[in-house]
Amino acid sequence: MERCSKLVDIGRRQFLRGSAFAAAGVATAVSLPTQAKAASALALVEYPSNKLANVSDLKPNEPFDVGYPDDDAPGVLLKLGTRVQGGAGPDGDIVGFSTVCPHKGFPLTYNADDHSFNCPGHYSRFDADAGGQQIWGQSTANLPQYALRIDDKGDIYAEGVDELLYGRLSNVL
Amino acid sequence: MAYKRHVDRLPIIPADAKKHNVTCHYCIVGCGYHAYTWPANKQGGTEAASNVFGVDLSQQQAAETDAWYAPSMYNVVKQDGQDVHIVIKPDHECEVNSGLGSVRGARMGELRYSTTRNSQLQRLTDPMVWRYGQMQPTSWDDALDLVARVTAAVVKEQGEDGLFVSVFDHGGSAGGYENTWGTGKLYFGSMKVKNIRIHNRPAYNSEVHATRDMGVGELNNCYEDAELADTIVSVGNNPLETQTNYFLNHWVPNLRGTSMQKKQEQLPDEPHANGRIIFVDPRRTVSVNAAEAEAGKDNVMHLAINSGTDMVLFNAWLTEIADKGWMDKEFIEASTKDFDKALAANKTTLEQAAEITGLTVDQIRQSAAWIAEPKEGKRRRTMFAYEKGLIWGNDNYRTNAALVNVALGTGNVGREGGGCVRMGGHQEGYVRPSDAHVGRPAAYVDKLLIEGKGGVHHIWACDHYKTTLNAHQFNMVYKKRTDIVKDAMNAVPYGDREGMVKAITDAIKAGGLFSVDVDIIPSKIGAASHVWLPAAESGEMNLTSMNGERRMRLVERYMDPPGNAKPDCMIAAGLAQHMEKVLREMGDNAYADQFKGYDWRTEEDAFMDGYNKNAGGGEFVTYERLRAMGNNGFQEPATAFEDGKIVGTKRLYTDGKFGTKDGKATFMEALWRGLQAPGKEEQKKNNKYLINNGRANQVWQNAFLDQESEFVMDRWPYPFIEMSPDDMSELGVKNGDLVEVYNESGSTQAMVYPTPTARKGETFMLFGFPTGVQGNVINAGTNELILPNYKQTWANIRKISDAPEGVKHLSFKSQEYQAT
Repeated sequence: MERCSKLVDIGRRQFLRGSAFAAAGVATAVSLPTQAKAASALALVEYPSNKLANVSDLKPNEPFDVGYPDDDAPGVLLKLGTRVQGGAGPDGDIVGFSTVCPHKGFPLTYNADDHSFNCPGHYSRFDADAGGQQIWGQSTANLPQYALRIDDKGDIYAEGVDELLYGRLSNVL
Repeated sequence: MAYKRHVDRLPIIPADAKKHNVTCHYCIVGCGYHAYTWPANKQGGTEAASNVFGVDLSQQQAAETDAWYAPSMYNVVKQDGQDVHIVIKPDHECEVNSGLGSVRGARMGELRYSTTRNSQLQRLTDPMVWRYGQMQPTSWDDALDLVARVTAAVVKEQGEDGLFVSVFDHGGSAGGYENTWGTGKLYFGSMKVKNIRIHNRPAYNSEVHATRDMGVGELNNCYEDAELADTIVSVGNNPLETQTNYFLNHWVPNLRGTSMQKKQEQLPDEPHANGRIIFVDPRRTVSVNAAEAEAGKDNVMHLAINSGTDMVLFNAWLTEIADKGWMDKEFIEASTKDFDKALAANKTTLEQAAEITGLTVDQIRQSAAWIAEPKEGKRRRTMFAYEKGLIWGNDNYRTNAALVNVALGTGNVGREGGGCVRMGGHQEGYVRPSDAHVGRPAAYVDKLLIEGKGGVHHIWACDHYKTTLNAHQFNMVYKKRTDIVKDAMNAVPYGDREGMVKAITDAIKAGGLFSVDVDIIPSKIGAASHVWLPAAESGEMNLTSMNGERRMRLVERYMDPPGNAKPDCMIAAGLAQHMEKVLREMGDNAYADQFKGYDWRTEEDAFMDGYNKNAGGGEFVTYERLRAMGNNGFQEPATAFEDGKIVGTKRLYTDGKFGTKDGKATFMEALWRGLQAPGKEEQKKNNKYLINNGRANQVWQNAFLDQESEFVMDRWPYPFIEMSPDDMSELGVKNGDLVEVYNESGSTQAMVYPTPTARKGETFMLFGFPTGVQGNVINAGTNELILPNYKQTWANIRKISDAPEGVKHLSFKSQEYQAT
């Protein structure tokens, strides 16, 4: 939670200062396994299968900072407490989302009260309970969500993203 | 699950891609974009030298980067017959939007016609006629011949009053100066058609007649004034959703305080503070919420008046400001007349106003101070912006006048940080021969059609079925009348032109109506038509328009129109030429001669024939000059061409001379008379819920393109109706349930959206949506100038069904941004 708040604070300060905020600059250091290199000749982008956390790392309704498909792409894992669309894990309540607004790239803040991601740039809102659907806003896409796989040990792997991430013309750079 | 595109990379724009100037063709704001196109078999690369941005795209790009585009901005389209990639992305150098794209404009790419990527395949590609019991393709010559023969026969029989016309008068989209001129020349030049109406109202009239009569043109300031104002007054207006980037790029900096330097530089002799804002709106909108997030609640006043009582509030402001001695006496003396007369007639005490508007005396007193209390001896600068809540609201003419009175009295027209402006819906692009013959009040076209008048109806990009009042009755009668003609056509072999025209005109005599629909798609009203003529959109033709600060730009043609579709001006020209031919055959050479003068080869010819020769300052404006002016264009009217640039006009009336004969702006009496439109009081008495109505952020206009956008239709499969939780429990409905909205005028359906900020008994329904037409429950009553009152509508509500399958995955959370 502390890491997440920090990410949010840095983003907000940068934003309020009016300077262009580099998403790359605020991704927190997350220890990740070495990524698979995408094969450029394939029709689809080859996503790495990255272990982002273990189920035991997640506390109910507290965002857990991750980077996926790489450290320059901040996101969060959430254990929402109720079964949701696209939810993984035994309770179907674990989801992962990019936290960069698909409209102009500002960092989203998570509102635990109503499970929404909010953008301080232009007031867009996305619903963590509804597959990242934009509740209201300027983004022309709903919020990119991770395809998650959870193994027998409770390790959570991300293995794909369902929308183009802001600031990159290929999800895997 | 929420709709996702599953696009994980996009083709990169190569360094040598073609770049076209584009002004977004949707809302009034007219954001600058560029359309980049390049051959289908080429692509750029991530290395800086191999892409148009000159940037290393193998790296994550920062927020607000110019070097990124969303999947919604991309498509594959035809250009000169060849497949090309296209990206339509916001222009960071455009003063209007500074690189911002709204949720509507930033989807232009995705909403282009593409046979490669199967987008907007609803677009019409050929003229279509009613043949063998359905719409079938034909040639332009054949379709125009049929239209001209039936039209000529009807006009010969009934006179030009037998020809009814519904036609856009706007810029952008399929409008623009080229197309308003083409259609205007046909109906007001070659003919003098009187039974004509505009796309969003049932007559040919101004939406803001009062301000014009007072000598104050409705688009009199510039967008920068919103950055300079001490106070912004926003009336019946939800700018974050309906003029998005004007709000984000010019209002928010003032509310946030980041335009302070600009204020100090441009207006150095007075004190400045962060902007304040007053919203006059019965509903709490996301604009109010955003303003609070930026300016703090102390600097935002939301005056949630009783629906339709705006005029009383404005008259109370006038009275209070005069009582306090805050009027701009010098300006009133030098540039206006009838101030004392209007002040006396409109006198309204704070107590009277509180009683009628439902506000408190303190709220009215404080808002008047925010508008006019001098700041350390200097005049306060206040900008007044109004839109459909006033325009489509109770007693339009007088309410409009009452607001302009306040702006004039406080010296806020023609000055920096001021203005009394409509915000606008579409862009503008009006140049036509005089409409004086239409008269005042203008004919109530929809009513006449319902009464069985008229023999032939030409429709240009209008869809009454979705966007008129009394729509339920209109649709029923229209279908019945056009079916009479369809049945008659079914009885004659199509190739027998003479027999066909006779069958149609006989059917018209029997109460039928022949309907010709010029549009880009098969519209809802088009389902009743006998001929469809396929039109091109902005970008498929060169097209000029101006935005809400009169900023004129040229959209350069960047792709081919679908199939055989043509610009509206060229369709009008073709129709005129066929009319000439048919009338000559009929032996009426004098009348036929009136249809000469349409030998345009391109839309540019129509522009030169229309705007260049007829608009104020038009002689300085050509395509070549506009192209060179790029996405910043110039602000109309043009006054000169100097040093290779068109010289424009930043603000109107800066010299204190107004648009009246003597140059003095006229104050106007505006007496309160309750709910003015016939039938409203009764409707209110008989029905429980206010069905306030308007637009939603994601949806452009009546969703004519968005109805084929999976992104939009996933969010709004049905029109929402915002409802307080109390009303929901009283009605026994849950999130997403379908309800029937019904009253004496008709019925429609909507999807329940829980809205804790809604007042009990006051709902808000999405207007003009294809899967539930709010206009069905708006009664036929208008004001004395045939302006409709869409907003003050009351109806009952009952449950139809639980949320259907396509609704179950939707979010029903508050749309208000939550800062944590």
